[in-house]
Amino acid sequence: MTPQRKRRLALISLMLVSIGIAVALILNAFQKNLLFFFSPTQVIAGEAPLNHPFRIGGMVKEGSLTRSSDGLSVNFVVTDYSHDVNVTYTGILPDLFREGQGIVAMGKLGEATSKVFTATEVLAKHDENYMPPEVAEALEKSGAMPHGLKTVEEK
Amino acid sequence: MFAWFHKLTAPKNFYRFASTINPWIGALCFILILSGLYLGLFKAPPDYQQGESYRIIFVHVPSAWMSMFVYMVMACAAFMTLVWRYKLAGIITEASAAIGASFTFLALATGSLWGKPMWGTWWVWDARLTSELILLFLYLGYIALNSAIENKKTATRASALLVLVGVINIPIIHYSVEWWYTLHQPATVTKMDKPSIHLDMLIPLLLMALGFTFFYVFTLLLKVRTLLIMREQKSKWVQELLEHGES
Amino acid sequence: MSEFLSMGGYAQFVWPSYGLTLIVLAMNLIIAWQQNKQLKRTLKRRLKNSQ
Repeated sequence: MTPQRKRRLALISLMLVSIGIAVALILNAFQKNLLFFFSPTQVIAGEAPLNHPFRIGGMVKEGSLTRSSDGLSVNFVVTDYSHDVNVTYTGILPDLFREGQGIVAMGKLGEATSKVFTATEVLAKHDENYMPPEVAEALEKSGAMPHGLKTVEEK
Repeated sequence: MFAWFHKLTAPKNFYRFASTINPWIGALCFILILSGLYLGLFKAPPDYQQGESYRIIFVHVPSAWMSMFVYMVMACAAFMTLVWRYKLAGIITEASAAIGASFTFLALATGSLWGKPMWGTWWVWDARLTSELILLFLYLGYIALNSAIENKKTATRASALLVLVGVINIPIIHYSVEWWYTLHQPATVTKMDKPSIHLDMLIPLLLMALGFTFFYVFTLLLKVRTLLIMREQKSKWVQELLEHGES
Repeated sequence: MSEFLSMGGYAQFVWPSYGLTLIVLAMNLIIAWQQNKQLKRTLKRRLKNSQ
């Protein structure tokens, strides 16, 4: 390599390394803002904003889903298996919404004492597992289903 | 090895090499995509949670992989342009941009079409989706910068620098789903332990991904040939080629 | 067949995904082919005129 090329190589490598470090520092500083949602543990710990809307994410707790008598609004518990938050929502739920499913809900936390989260939007978060229904059933029977997963219930 | 590489990257030789292998690449691409489509649409079982809608995976995931792969090729070529001033490297970067932008657009659009029925929304500003959108802007920025500067040499070098700076976005896209809470699920296939996808679904997915790779190589070589003729139109080998046709 | 086309009720999402992919990739190919042909034609004409 000619000295000129060596210098260019060094210069460009230096540039790339410094950009990499700068971006890493920036991302680290904005870590919190890059989170799309808060976990129930964070919400209970008071890390979520109190007065303006935020997103909460977790699993819909098994057996917690109840529909109101008018059939429009639903109540359920979002859990990360260490803390729970009660959620109430009125509107259309995505196809994937069911107990045991991961969800992300946008909304506001009620009075500090009751801690009920009133959602304006509920999104389903699906996992990275893909398999045919028969395999899922077999896994469920043998108890080898990955944590938090659940087969489709008959509608 | 190096001498052989040097010989191959001479414009005339590379043109001939590209013309020879391209029909084979095209044929392979056709077979791979056709068999991937057949297995993916007709033979793969439905998903236990998402039913038939998950079949979007067979176009969404290969597009998303290719959007990053093409960018990495461009970044390597840009590096060679800046350090060694390889003529061919600049041409490869330029010839890759449009197809890379297309794959990025497809990843975003098919992801949106998948997100609506499954997540319940067309779009969210989570780290994965946002960083993929930035990738699209990087491609478009490269194309704009490369065509905006009159002087070809300056244009190639300036836009190569842009590509290199943007390469930091690639690991961010890949690890976004692990570093932050996102709506997008974590990686299924490209993770350390075994893929969390059934084999009957994985095979068509890999066939499609390979088919998309060959599609990229095919269009790349076609465009590289066009650009080589354009840049070298005064040279003897191009004059001969035009007079006697390809062979 | 109609069961296949309905994609379990997700036809309106699955088929546009495949259609869009086909259109965008085909466009890439067609444009690249046309540019190649166009350039060769122009250069050939220029070569003839200069001779």
